[in-house]
Amino acid sequence: MGYIAVRGGEQAITNAEILLHYYRISGSSAPLTTEQILEQLPLAVDRVMSEGALYAPELAAAALKQAAGDTLEASFLLRAHRSSVSRIGASEIINTERMRVVRRISAAFKDIPGGQVLGATPDYTHHLIRFELLTDEVKARRKLTQAFEALAQKGEPIPDTFPKVVSMLRAKGLLPQKNPKNTQPYDITLQPLEFPAPRSARLQVLARAETGGILALAYANMRGYGYVHPVVGELRVGEVPLYFKSSAEKEAVLLGWLRVTECEVITRMEKSKTDSRPQFTLGYGLCFGHNEIKAISMAVLDRALMSEEPKSPTEDQEFVLLHTDGIEASGFCLHYKLPHYVTFQSDLERIRKVRTVLEKEKVDD
Amino acid sequence: MTEKLRSLLDSDTNCHYYNFAYLNESAKREIRRRTLKAVAIPGHQVPFGSREIPITRGWGTGGLQLTLSLIGPEDVLKVIDQGCDGSVNAVNLRRLVTLTTGCRTTTRTSDATLIQTRHRIPETPLTRGQIIIFQVPYPEVLRYVEPQETVTRRMHAEGAYHRMWTFLYENVVQWGRITIGARYPVRVHNRYLMDPSPIPRWDIPKLNQSPALMLFGAGREKRIYAVPPFTKVEPLAFKDIPFEVEHQAGAQCSRCGATDVFLTEILDKDGSCRWICSDTDYCDQRLAAREKSHGV
Repeated sequence: MGYIAVRGGEQAITNAEILLHYYRISGSSAPLTTEQILEQLPLAVDRVMSEGALYAPELAAAALKQAAGDTLEASFLLRAHRSSVSRIGASEIINTERMRVVRRISAAFKDIPGGQVLGATPDYTHHLIRFELLTDEVKARRKLTQAFEALAQKGEPIPDTFPKVVSMLRAKGLLPQKNPKNTQPYDITLQPLEFPAPRSARLQVLARAETGGILALAYANMRGYGYVHPVVGELRVGEVPLYFKSSAEKEAVLLGWLRVTECEVITRMEKSKTDSRPQFTLGYGLCFGHNEIKAISMAVLDRALMSEEPKSPTEDQEFVLLHTDGIEASGFCLHYKLPHYVTFQSDLERIRKVRTVLEKEKVDD
Repeated sequence: MTEKLRSLLDSDTNCHYYNFAYLNESAKREIRRRTLKAVAIPGHQVPFGSREIPITRGWGTGGLQLTLSLIGPEDVLKVIDQGCDGSVNAVNLRRLVTLTTGCRTTTRTSDATLIQTRHRIPETPLTRGQIIIFQVPYPEVLRYVEPQETVTRRMHAEGAYHRMWTFLYENVVQWGRITIGARYPVRVHNRYLMDPSPIPRWDIPKLNQSPALMLFGAGREKRIYAVPPFTKVEPLAFKDIPFEVEHQAGAQCSRCGATDVFLTEILDKDGSCRWICSDTDYCDQRLAAREKSHGV
């Protein structure tokens, strides 16, 4: 019966799923191991953990593989998994001054105590395709290894910790003092946002936002739809220790080390609340993994969202925070593929009715 | 071959590793508490900590979280999309619930204890004790006139709905009719304005004084609201421009012959058009009854 065509049917779904999984294994190459993904595509893994809001490198690698490289789908797999595991509690506050830095730069000062540490970055290299990667031969790899080893012998070890640039500005009174409140953080995974949202909630939303989403809005702010005018005070990437204190234990226990990217942007001066002289203001970004675009965009938007009277969409909490979650935005975008024939029928009936009414009026005229 | 692959895929999903009804217990408890609050304040949107579940955001995750929080081993579940049990997304949602609960499912409206729906209320009247759960894309009815949540919340608190009335009035001035198709705004118990989810206007009268509990879940927007049994629900209308349900003169289901149901058009290859019940269970029941009476 022609009627069948409008029902999807369980069999069709099953077949589509089999086809999807089969495509992944149908090529002649060896299966990609999660180890390879972790070692050779670490930035993709980091992005998935950050947007999926779950620090689980192996699972993120598996999700990337399952999603055939689609970071939105892979982060969604992690996010969904998160809901099924029980929550134990909140960790101790992460201290980024204790970061084992692999990269650390400041755009505000030419030289900073501890020095600029470039680490591994493509920032100052020509972005030319390295055609040798098409074959990635052992010989070329060996040469690279030798070059690195020669460098490593000459180099000095990186210190365990570095002072923070913004702490120095704080000490000089150019930035407001930290105002730590020892309260439980607002938890956006348990409490939906209410507006105006507290800063802890805003930072959480931005920390798990989709990189491209917050980049677009931060870029709009930088280009002219905003007034932040950021200077990167410090951008640092590295591993931070994560401690947890359970109710049963007296002392916090080290759970492990997290790779994070942290960015502080110094922005325009404002009247100080405590000092008669003006001070700079600060925007803050922190995300899982190595993702500099995200940390900088987050810091810019964090500052933009402090505006009490938003003059541009990028300063409007509802505009920024409700539209940058990759999982929500992509999901809703894709939902338009679902059948809508009931609502469309209802609209069809209305347009026909209005057309009839207008036609009748025309005849009556 | 297909069967074998299917069983492999099922073992891949590792369902036995997951909690009953997927969500952890504290999540389910929270959702039930918010639901109780929603029932206590008919039509009022209650914020809740919407969890990510393995169904795409915007594809019924609010409804599904309500279902997962409420379902018990004894429940019998019906899931429909556009009135159809076999629609792809309905199948997918049902499959997640059965995989993680082992609950029985049905397509018969009268046999279900829980009905999760997208865009329709079944034609078969609901009864006492049943719960119908709507998937909601836009919980905020005032979104028609105001984009800001802070503003709409204040409008609800103050019962300041004049902008909505003006919107409808301007609609009439421009088009001679209210042109809202589905998702027609309603007022609940003389108080809150409510978005009934994108059900056709045909289904709006079924909200009024319903013997079944009606729950609305918006996952992406993180809101739950409810219409308790036997609550007054009225569509917004003017005295001289009354509310109208969809009506296509002469339309009849080409399968079961029904006329007093919500019908959708099917375009055939030759460009001609047929009508069909959007509620497939209702259509099937009518056909079965006819075959029985004909002694087939």
